[in-house]
Amino acid sequence: MQRPYSESVHIFGRIWVALGILILFLAPTAICVYYNAWPALTPVLTGLLGVAPIFWTVGVIEVFTFTPMLGASASYLGFITGNLSNLKVPAALNAMEAAKVKPGTEEGDLISTIAVAASAIVNTLVLAFGVLLLGYLRPVLESPVLKPAFANILPALFGALAVVYVSKNWKIALTPLILMITLFILVPSLASSVGILVPVGAIVAIAAARILYKKNLL
Amino acid sequence: MEPFNVNSGFLYGVTIVVIIFVLSQSGYFLYRALKRAKELHISSSVLRKTIASSAIFTIAPAAAILIGVISMSSFLGFPWPWLRLSVLGAVTYELPAATTTANAMGIDLTKVITDPKAFTAIAWVMTLGIIPGIFVILFGMKKIQSGVLKLKAKDSKWGDAVLTSLFLGMISAFLGMLFAKVRTGLPGLVPIAVALVSALLMGVCGILIKVCKMTWLEQYALPISMLGAMAMSLPITSWLQ
Repeated sequence: MQRPYSESVHIFGRIWVALGILILFLAPTAICVYYNAWPALTPVLTGLLGVAPIFWTVGVIEVFTFTPMLGASASYLGFITGNLSNLKVPAALNAMEAAKVKPGTEEGDLISTIAVAASAIVNTLVLAFGVLLLGYLRPVLESPVLKPAFANILPALFGALAVVYVSKNWKIALTPLILMITLFILVPSLASSVGILVPVGAIVAIAAARILYKKNLL
Repeated sequence: MEPFNVNSGFLYGVTIVVIIFVLSQSGYFLYRALKRAKELHISSSVLRKTIASSAIFTIAPAAAILIGVISMSSFLGFPWPWLRLSVLGAVTYELPAATTTANAMGIDLTKVITDPKAFTAIAWVMTLGIIPGIFVILFGMKKIQSGVLKLKAKDSKWGDAVLTSLFLGMISAFLGMLFAKVRTGLPGLVPIAVALVSALLMGVCGILIKVCKMTWLEQYALPISMLGAMAMSLPITSWLQ
């Protein structure tokens, strides 16, 4: 008997993620073996101490923040291919909005998966061609004239996304938005760890939504 | 064995294996999702537009990721940053992971690494420094999904509100971040101005879709607004700086 799609997603999703983890570990292992260059423990631990406390926490919290939006299949793919908040999650949200499907439904999961897969393929190809054609592209990508355009990708992305989602859900959006704007004005150094503030914003938004829901204002 | 070099054929070989894996996984997931979408009678036109708009939307951020590869290539060469930015990571993580380890070993970030042990130390930190999340996906995704489904089954209105709140939380954090430099004066307003232009372009697209019935624009409004705002960031920056 054929398994339903919602069940088989977890089977092939887990197989691909397990293979992905294996490949991720095999890459540095192969380099160490090939060059007979296993690193000393101290620099690895020192480096890890510098990044792990923040990025292990952010990485785990991201799972709980992003997976309900992406759906199971897109999460199995998106978390292996990376670049979630700047690429895969906006691509998935935009696709679901345009296709008029809701996250948390099978249709939503499918559209989200198609968007994440298309985005992952294009990103991989752009990087591959970019590295191959670097001699030609480097002067363009590093030109001082175009520097502001690449420096402002996130404002350009989130400005457009905000119009769609904040205008539709302004009652819920108001509290986390005011809180985040105030927080970043008061503590500008937080900009380097915006990842950790995504779940904070989400918790505040859920709390605001709960109050509005209880008062029948949603 | 060839002598160690950050741009060696061996490192390119390892990277290409990983790239092939990423493309295969993406292709497989795309095939499965398209097949199921057709079984559910989701129209081919919606599926085609989803692929096209996601692909177009990805080009600009991917060019920015390529700039990340270039900036890390000054000490790590091209293949390793290329590999790392094709799987799991993001520039916001990979760069601090690499520089923290390099600084701990007293490595000059303006020169390519010649010591293979220093290179592998950085490679391991970049690999291990972001790994726990993917294990949570491997072992916990099914439970998380059943939790979401239970929440929606129990009270669909509240379930939808929770999912909406999640992405509003993300959008709030990134919009808040745009205000981080406002106290530095006019140049600090550039990101806010760019976001406003992008919002305005999105609003115009919305009007064209709803009032002028240009429904084809629905799928392309985000990449158009984004690229338009990026283009406008050039005069905005020269004006405010």
